[in-house]
Amino acid sequence: MRQGTAAYLFLLPWFLGLVLITIGPIAASAYLSFTDYSLIGAPEWIGLDNYARMLEDPRFFTSLGVTFTYVLVSVPLQLAFALALALVLDRGVRGLAVYRSAYYLPSLLGGSVAVAILWRQVFGTDGLLNGLLGALGLTGMPGWVSTPDFALGTLIVLNVWTFGAPMVIFLAGLRQIPRMYYEAAAVDGAGPTRRFFHITLPLLSPIIFFNLVLQIIGAFQSFTQSFIVSAGTGGPADSTLFYTLYLYQRGFGNFDMGYASALAWVLLLIVGGLTAVNFLAAKRWVFYGDG
Amino acid sequence: MATVRTTTGKRRPLAHVGLILFGLAMLYPLLWMLASSFKPTPDIFTEPGLIPSNPTLDNYVEGWTALGEPFSTYLINSSIVVLGSILGNLFACSLAAYAFARLEFRFKRLWFAIMIGSIMLPIHVVIVPQYVMFAQVDMVNTFWPLILPKLLATDGFFVFLMVQFIRGLPRELDEAARIDGCGHWGIFFRIILPLCVPALATTAIFTFIWTWNDFFSQLIFLTDPEMYTVPVALRTFVDATSQTPWGPVFAMSMVALGPIFGFFLAGQRYLVRGIATTGLK
Repeated sequence: MRQGTAAYLFLLPWFLGLVLITIGPIAASAYLSFTDYSLIGAPEWIGLDNYARMLEDPRFFTSLGVTFTYVLVSVPLQLAFALALALVLDRGVRGLAVYRSAYYLPSLLGGSVAVAILWRQVFGTDGLLNGLLGALGLTGMPGWVSTPDFALGTLIVLNVWTFGAPMVIFLAGLRQIPRMYYEAAAVDGAGPTRRFFHITLPLLSPIIFFNLVLQIIGAFQSFTQSFIVSAGTGGPADSTLFYTLYLYQRGFGNFDMGYASALAWVLLLIVGGLTAVNFLAAKRWVFYGDG
Repeated sequence: MATVRTTTGKRRPLAHVGLILFGLAMLYPLLWMLASSFKPTPDIFTEPGLIPSNPTLDNYVEGWTALGEPFSTYLINSSIVVLGSILGNLFACSLAAYAFARLEFRFKRLWFAIMIGSIMLPIHVVIVPQYVMFAQVDMVNTFWPLILPKLLATDGFFVFLMVQFIRGLPRELDEAARIDGCGHWGIFFRIILPLCVPALATTAIFTFIWTWNDFFSQLIFLTDPEMYTVPVALRTFVDATSQTPWGPVFAMSMVALGPIFGFFLAGQRYLVRGIATTGLK
């Protein structure tokens, strides 16, 4: 059998998936975004109306604002924690594996409904946090998840709490930096701060970049947390209305499939654009050893 | 090396205290939920401590039957989806990975780039047409919309993970097998797959955790209470009444988290290695 033929046989499931599950639906949602379609009857072509409606839809802009705030605040904080802890652990503490596992555990659980439920209780009016504050004499605190000014903050805390996954990647990256660089710098009289800024940071920059891209894309797609904490509303006062939640409400709450498809395409463009910007910006600050 | 190590060595006891306290603070909410699942609901608000003063199993008994179906139904449904997804990913992703890692074919670089790009594709972009498609073939409220994509290798992340792994295996093994008369199938099944066990284990564990935790697609495709998986059932539990019964809700949340915790303990070697290798190469 020729190698090319064999290759296509091995790839057959993947090709089918690409057509049926990925590319086909992307093309279909492009088409649907120009139609009025409610699952009943045929899609009705309405041109650019869905996109025009979007520009006059305050909840669309609210959801964009909420999502960007969430991404821009929680991802840098999360990566800062991840890097700081990785640096401490990389110094060779005993029991490294235990610490690594303990810090990593929240990353595995953080996206689950069960943990989102926990968050809803912890930051609720009669929640754990207010119980602890009450024990310290601070009574009459608000329900954090039911106050528009704080609700998004509780979700940001949840995302920062899952810093373990990027931390493990940082740790693996730190292992790759040859020890002799540090020795040479130490001999030349460089202190810990200079060693960090002149050796660790540049040599780790590809890993930082990798984590940044991964976490931004992930955070942009957050759904479960706000859905559970706000009981599917995105409230209070739309303060936790993630973009994906709004898309869900329009598509599967109102069955406004045309509008939801338009929202989906805008999401695709935003995620693609963010990734492109990341890669372009990376040329300025990511250092590849061979480049 | 000696200088760097000794200077940090002196600070170790303090570092340990800090690391332990920080770890406890991080895990405290989880431990508190575990403890609270054994407390009567009125105690949950008044007791921030980790030891129940009136320990009880009532929450588990009550929570198990609080919804339309016994909780075992949801556990079984989740298990079916998870098992199908794991088998699908192991089968389809390893096949595709072998082709990308070892075979030459037209437009290979383009297909590979598309595969990598698909990792970053948010499911939200394709969910509407997928729903329309599965609704037309009457598959909404079956597990097929959740399992079929895995049988078709749409989780590019795992294809990539296995490509990286297979590239690390010496090609001499393939050559030796070829000389002994093996075709591509023989090389794949007898040489590559057995050596891929670590990568397959990583794939299985991650697929388990991600599918068990997945909420978005299960919420959309499973609307019949008999078909609910654990996350969808938990969601109805917490939203069903205006006064959430926190004790039973916490108890069933612990039941939901238990299997992940178990897999985590059993497979953390593969987990850590999995993220580290895909992150670096």
